[in-house]
Amino acid sequence: MADQMRFTNKESDATVDNSTLTSLLHGLPGVDQVGLEGRAATLATRSIKKDSKIWAIDTAISMVDLTTLEGMDTDGKVRALCAKALHPDPTDPTCPAVAAVCVYGDLVATTRACVKDRVHVAAVATAFPSGRASMDVKLMDTKQAVADGADEIDMVIDRGAFLAGNYAKVFEEIVAVKEACGDAHLKVILETGELKTYDNVRRASWLAMQAGADFIKTSTGKVSPAATLPVTLLMLEAVRDFADQTGTRIGVKAAGGIKTSKDAIRYLVMVNETVGEDWLNPDMFRFGASTLLNDLLMQRQRMRDGHYSGPDYVTID
Amino acid sequence: MSRVDVRKTHKLFIGGAFPRSESGRTYEVTDSKDQFLANMALASRKDARDAVLAARSAVAKWSTATAYNRGQVLYRIAEVMEGRREQFISEVSDSEGVSSRKAGAHVDAAIDRWVWYAGWADKYAQVIGNTNPVAGPFFNFSVPEPTGVVAAVAPQDASILGLVSVVAPIIVTGNAVIVMPSSSRPIPAITLAECLATSDVPAGVVNILTGAPAEVMPWLAEHADVNALDGAAPHADWQATPSLSRMRAFVEVKTVWHPMGV
Repeated sequence: MADQMRFTNKESDATVDNSTLTSLLHGLPGVDQVGLEGRAATLATRSIKKDSKIWAIDTAISMVDLTTLEGMDTDGKVRALCAKALHPDPTDPTCPAVAAVCVYGDLVATTRACVKDRVHVAAVATAFPSGRASMDVKLMDTKQAVADGADEIDMVIDRGAFLAGNYAKVFEEIVAVKEACGDAHLKVILETGELKTYDNVRRASWLAMQAGADFIKTSTGKVSPAATLPVTLLMLEAVRDFADQTGTRIGVKAAGGIKTSKDAIRYLVMVNETVGEDWLNPDMFRFGASTLLNDLLMQRQRMRDGHYSGPDYVTID
Repeated sequence: MSRVDVRKTHKLFIGGAFPRSESGRTYEVTDSKDQFLANMALASRKDARDAVLAARSAVAKWSTATAYNRGQVLYRIAEVMEGRREQFISEVSDSEGVSSRKAGAHVDAAIDRWVWYAGWADKYAQVIGNTNPVAGPFFNFSVPEPTGVVAAVAPQDASILGLVSVVAPIIVTGNAVIVMPSSSRPIPAITLAECLATSDVPAGVVNILTGAPAEVMPWLAEHADVNALDGAAPHADWQATPSLSRMRAFVEVKTVWHPMGV
């Protein structure tokens, strides 16, 4: 796949020809579904010993994008979430802070005021979660969030255009949003649950990376299935191949449906085995989650205290 | 042609399902004459943890079910047990080495105990709770609330009557229970689990772990998500008529103030 993937680089002209993109994306090798799912299942059985688990839990906590994306979000809820992001376990000062707080665009200012520059502030933009809005609105959405203090933007791709084969539209949108982001990091949400096939996930990953994404993210969390092990493995493989070819390292964010520490550790094993240790840090791998953090904290308390903890000993939200 | 025996694999009862022990361990149980009776699942620490998770997730729904509904569910357990009366009698008779007549008396008493506690479902709150006189324009109520997740050991000798006597007062008051039945006589407990699974008891309200209480109970005791431990079993007389005291043990009385006329 080496040569054929050297298509429209992000440094070159942003306007691309859809037929060229189509032939290149459809020229990617097909995904071996059985092999992919088998590999993901095998990695999930890896036994993790106690010392590694302690490290993995702290690493996973530091990779969490603590998220609230509800219509009923209030300033107060966001402030509570920010407090939790900075001190996930108030009973233990050695507990690391999470990577970022992820909110809707209109709550970015509140979030930034709370966390200052101690953790990142991520905003979902571009008419999240459906992505059904005009280009101008999407760009305004992005610019406003950045102006309010977001240093990470989570955008959704236009799945309708992607599924209709209009890859150039998706590509140009990502390029335009990346430009609107300025210095902010851009995470591109593929919404793999709506892409239907593994082949489409591979194509969307390459498309997003070529268009200038800093991160590729599995899902919005609003569609089921959200992040799964095979889909994330496939995206990690795309990231690995992309780094081999271009030297550019793209991050991956698994979001939605990851609820337990056991799941989180399986993802970390997969990251380590697929792209290597360089990705085992919050700059290169993230979990988008809300309930996961509490389970990580309970497991952390269990490691510290020697007995199982319970939901009474962690904060709600 | 002779028929091939269909032998039963006895399993645990966690969250409404019948899993094998996560550890894969089993142990043998014998009848009163030391003859092999069955292989039972030997519960491990992870099974205990899974049971606590199942119980915790069941508490919210079960503790807010109406008293009337809880009573109906308990009565339904008695109905389903009645349908399996012969099976219970033969299992109790095998395990405890008593005559069928005596085993029958145990099983009948166990079924009657469900009915007795079912009747209390919408009455214990009136007896334990109260409307308190206060010198102000307020109502003041004492309201019994469920404690939450209870870990209990059933008596080691009375295989069915003791088990029912331990479990019924815990669940009628809206708690969820993880119970370890008699480790040498566990078969009637698993049959009871099959009755519970088919009598509208929500999954996770009763979880039954067969095995060694001395091994598993310490893990349950130190688990921070277990709200109460019940170790009274070995000291109680299960033949005696039950009283309100066991129900009172599994509720916490909260005082509620409410302004009058609002």
